[in-house]
Amino acid sequence: MSPSPDSLKPVLQVTRLNTRFKTRTGDVHAVNSISFELRPGELLGVVGESGSGKSVTMMSLLGLLPSPPAVVNGESVMFDGIDLLRCSADQLRAVRGGRIGFIFQDPMTSLNPVFTVGFQIMEPLREHMGLNGAAARKRARELLDLVGIPDAERRLDDFPHQFSGGMRQRVMIAIALACDPKVLIADEPTTALDVTIQAQILELVRELRQRLGMAIIWITHDLGVIAGIADRAMVMYGGQIVEMAPVKDLFARPEHPYTRALLKTVPHLKGARAAKLEVIEGQPPILKAAPASCAFRPRCAKAMDRCGRENPQRVKVGEGHDVACFWDARTGGARNA
Amino acid sequence: MPDAANTALRPAAAGKVAPRPLVQVRDLKMYFPIFTGLLRRHTGDVKAVDGVSFDIPAGETLGLVGESGCGKSTCARAVLRLYEPTEGRITIDGHDITSAGREALRQLRPRMQMVFQDPQASLNPRMTVASIIGEPLVEHTRLGKAEQRERIYELLDQVGLNRNFANRYPHEFSGGQRQRIGIARALALNPKFIVCDEPIAALDVSIQAQVVNLLENLQQSHGLTYLFISHDLSMVRHIANRVAVMYLGRIVELADRDALYEDPKHPYSQALLSAVPEPDPLTEAVRQRIILTGDVPSPSNPPAGCAFCTRCPRVMPQCRVQAPTLTAVAPGRQVACHLYSPNNDSIAGSTAAI
Repeated sequence: MSPSPDSLKPVLQVTRLNTRFKTRTGDVHAVNSISFELRPGELLGVVGESGSGKSVTMMSLLGLLPSPPAVVNGESVMFDGIDLLRCSADQLRAVRGGRIGFIFQDPMTSLNPVFTVGFQIMEPLREHMGLNGAAARKRARELLDLVGIPDAERRLDDFPHQFSGGMRQRVMIAIALACDPKVLIADEPTTALDVTIQAQILELVRELRQRLGMAIIWITHDLGVIAGIADRAMVMYGGQIVEMAPVKDLFARPEHPYTRALLKTVPHLKGARAAKLEVIEGQPPILKAAPASCAFRPRCAKAMDRCGRENPQRVKVGEGHDVACFWDARTGGARNA
Repeated sequence: MPDAANTALRPAAAGKVAPRPLVQVRDLKMYFPIFTGLLRRHTGDVKAVDGVSFDIPAGETLGLVGESGCGKSTCARAVLRLYEPTEGRITIDGHDITSAGREALRQLRPRMQMVFQDPQASLNPRMTVASIIGEPLVEHTRLGKAEQRERIYELLDQVGLNRNFANRYPHEFSGGQRQRIGIARALALNPKFIVCDEPIAALDVSIQAQVVNLLENLQQSHGLTYLFISHDLSMVRHIANRVAVMYLGRIVELADRDALYEDPKHPYSQALLSAVPEPDPLTEAVRQRIILTGDVPSPSNPPAGCAFCTRCPRVMPQCRVQAPTLTAVAPGRQVACHLYSPNNDSIAGSTAAI
């Protein structure tokens, strides 16, 4: 499904993005010099624990964080020929909900309870595509059909509370897809749902990708979800990308000690059952300063002297496989570089 | 308990030489009345738990799984009589919990404790760690101040928290540490039975394993019996000896862990297990998923017949009329499904292929 790497121009290119939050007790460096690209038609999975900066990264590049307290800067975020970090508020508004769609975790808090679902699906159609009246309603009905909501025509006049959790998330997907986005950003869209409903939504996304061909960024903490739907995945820790790889390589040959430990710490549904779960000791960091050393060092089983002095940069270890670590998984010692 | 020995012993032990169960629940029902109209007349019930029976042998863990709203938490609270059950009988360590009077129940409380889902909400923000862990000691024991202090330190050691944390407040701790405080409180009175209600659901992946390992270590060192409620089927496979699958207030399948995960019998168990994403792209790519249609029906208005009939991929006409009962299909294994009733032998045979 994924096109051959590097052959296509990325739809979204993020270069050295930083986000800080100014708080009373000092700055929190939530995102630190993050660079990645999103290729046309691919599904990029973003994995990390709470506080690792996955959501903040996406909110930052869409200009969705209130400032103050957020301070977003960086080299560039290129999308469709414009730099999202430097364009005007109007330009940004035209992008958000139009050419970049997004879905949030909790469909109940992201839908407005006092408007009908139809009104909310038609809102981006009015704003971005200038559709009104019958034309907008027709398109809204098509969208509800597309996301698998039965009896779409009648359901347009229902309010969010009349839908179940899974159905509300389908409505959110319909809104995100309203203007044929080139990029869809989904922030933990199935975390609040039950597993059988999550399976329905994942199936829907697989199907929609085939039909619509947009690129998707999928944020989750669930490694199983990533394994099932992503083409590539990036692992975040302490506001940085520690590993980036095609999804098969990431699970078959994880390089970063954090990724390796994370994969071992989750129990499996099938196969041998470990007597004891592997544990990553300690807590994720709170980033009071921009990292001068490796953020994972205090919890890392492979930490060396150098890890406390320098912050490792991402190096290439395979085709499309980058890792930010001084320890070399292949030799089991320090990396020669 | 070594795992290999445990699984080797179980099939033989089932039914015959099994130890007397520490916890026995029989036909537990928990209905919440619905009052409607101007006169607030009793017009119906939300049947949150509708006839649940299970045993937990001493020192073992029963996993209780199901989706939100299936009644697993209500069931757990009713078992500890935090709710007054509508019907049923619960015996814990030989004592009838359901008929115990107020004072008798209070005397029984130290034996049974609970660890809650949200450690943020279940710890009083105005109390120090020492006073949170010490409260059950004040309430139920005659220990002096110094002895209490000593016991609190001992408990902090057991759950892997620094003794210097005793005078801090809950907000100073991370989620995983707060859950440890909740576990220390549950351990304070040397209980025999602990209900763990989604104890890891609010924690990060890397912290979940820490807490689960702690629970397992404590089970071994203290001989604890757990009712472990979770929607995380992989974690339940790790921690439980037996597993009960609930759907809309009833147990649809009850089996030994390995039997259930290797060969789920009930169509709902099959769908539930097939819906869990596995952290392995190779198996995910070739996996046959059973995608259920629709949502869980409301427990205030369940469908006639089998509660799962509205979503079941193998539904038969009989299912819409008559509710199946939980019946034994193999030693130590019960399923509530018409596919496995005696007059449906031919159909049941074909499910092995799924």
